[in-house]
Amino acid sequence: MSSAPLLNPVNENDILELRPSGSWTAAYATTLETLSDGVSSQIRQIKALKVDMAGVSELDTLGAWLLEKISRQALSSGHPANVVGIAENYAGLIEEVRQVNRRRPPSRPPRNPVVARLEDVGRAAFSAAEDIAAFLQMLGALGFALLNILRRPRSLRLTSLVYHLYRVGWQAIPIIVLITFLIGAIIAQQGIFHFRKFGADSYVVDLVGILVLREIGVLIVAIMVAGRSGSAYTAELGSMKMREEIDALSTMGLDPVEVLILPRIIALILALPILAFVGSMAALYGGGLVAWFYGGISPAIFIARLHEAVSVTHFEVGMIKAPFMALVIGIVASSEGLRVKGSAESLGRQTTSSVVKSIFLVIVLDGVFAVFFASIGM
Amino acid sequence: MAETAPQLAIRVSDLVVGFGRQTVIDHLSLDVRKGEILGLVGASGGGKSVLMRTIIGLIPKRSGGVEFIARSISKGREIGTAAGRWGILFQQGALFSSLTVRQNIQFPLRENLVLSDALMDEIATAKLEMVGLASEDGDKFPSELSGGMTKRVALARALALDPAIVFLDEPTSGLDPIAAGDFDALIKTLHKTLGLTVFMVTHDLASLNIVCDRVAALAEGKIVAIGPMHDLLRSEHPWVKAYFHGKRSQMLQPKQN
Repeated sequence: MSSAPLLNPVNENDILELRPSGSWTAAYATTLETLSDGVSSQIRQIKALKVDMAGVSELDTLGAWLLEKISRQALSSGHPANVVGIAENYAGLIEEVRQVNRRRPPSRPPRNPVVARLEDVGRAAFSAAEDIAAFLQMLGALGFALLNILRRPRSLRLTSLVYHLYRVGWQAIPIIVLITFLIGAIIAQQGIFHFRKFGADSYVVDLVGILVLREIGVLIVAIMVAGRSGSAYTAELGSMKMREEIDALSTMGLDPVEVLILPRIIALILALPILAFVGSMAALYGGGLVAWFYGGISPAIFIARLHEAVSVTHFEVGMIKAPFMALVIGIVASSEGLRVKGSAESLGRQTTSSVVKSIFLVIVLDGVFAVFFASIGM
Repeated sequence: MAETAPQLAIRVSDLVVGFGRQTVIDHLSLDVRKGEILGLVGASGGGKSVLMRTIIGLIPKRSGGVEFIARSISKGREIGTAAGRWGILFQQGALFSSLTVRQNIQFPLRENLVLSDALMDEIATAKLEMVGLASEDGDKFPSELSGGMTKRVALARALALDPAIVFLDEPTSGLDPIAAGDFDALIKTLHKTLGLTVFMVTHDLASLNIVCDRVAALAEGKIVAIGPMHDLLRSEHPWVKAYFHGKRSQMLQPKQN
């Protein structure tokens, strides 16, 4: 019963008669479109249109719409189509299709590209201001929660704090050690390779020591923590927001910042200096190993050189930065988490933006600290 | 073709489905007739969705057979992929969140047919209007739709290629009574205009009563009763009795008792 569709147009004295036959269904979509396009050019020149549907063996929405379109073209050029021979079982469909596509959706005028660009810039500026506001708001809420804790120390969620310390601190150690060890080794190898040209191999110890303790150790660890724990915070808080858990907390008279966010951020502030210390040691160890095997600097000489090259100041400069970076990561992660809307896509979007923003801010903060320490002579 | 017996659309025979040691569907047989609206009822967690998902091939079966009787009218050049054979309305709509409503409806068309963009837009708008939405709604994203609109768009997408069979998973759940009633009417209308076979999993007693030609009751992994609504109301099976004669079902009882 299924057969290729035909239109069989017969033009007699400017009266066009169409006898569609066969299967007018989506299975023959391409053929159907060609057929109906072929006829539509003739329609303007004719006086009357007759459509005899008796030959149609199968009809679906696509076929019915194409036939309806031909009728409408005829009507718009001034002569209504005379459609006969509609099979009973397709009458409902044809009637339905007559009702559709009556109203053209208003086509939007294309936007001026300059205006569109300006609008984008404006929106970006606005959202940057919004970000700053959200950051400050979270900082304020944290300060407030901290004051409450200081007044009533027993309201600190100790279990939660220890749990998060375990997660962002203890569980992060293996990956942090591995990465910083490799970074230290790479810095040492590159240093030896290039310093050798000047016969200055032994200065690689100064390079590794100062770079790792002042900058790289804490920076790498902070970036890793932003990616590992900041994103986890955003995703956790975001999914709590999605499932209305945060609203449930508020309606029970509890402050979500105090219950959920403060323990997380305190855990991060405690964990990051420890991780930065562990990471710096691993990097020095990696650098020392490469210096020994690749540069021929024995461990005893390496340690002796290190003793001369670095002072406690370098170590302090690195360590002072760690808690501030932790605070920035925690605030960004939490405020992005609370900005999650109802849908799963927004959870993914906020998690991404949490990681991107916290890494950006960590690097900016590092730069600010560099300027600060330089000006006070540390 | 024999005209005496009703033509079948789906024949499920001796189907067994289970997970681990648990058997959910236990030697179940069910015939879905061509052009009918069959409602499937069953306890929550009793395997209704499992049965539906097994029929459409999302869950592997242990034994038995699921047979789709080919559309007698278009054996020749059927659209090869699944979307041409059946349309499925998932409970949460399952609209592609990164596409607009119009793109969602066009998706099966775009994947299966070669059509000009203009015609594709017209077909999508036609489908949108057939499910009772305006063409302006086509530019919205799924996240901007209400529950009832999501279901309508999902139905429009399920119907994009005019499949012969439509599976509906709890089409009226989560809708208010007015929206649910409208949706029932819509299913009934489309069933008539497009000549659909509808397989519908539902808990909504009103839509069972109004929309379904036949109702099948699933209990203990088997179909324990099947027939028009008034037959099921007279069924003696204890679970069916409990389901249709509970407090919440009083509205279905004939007034004279």
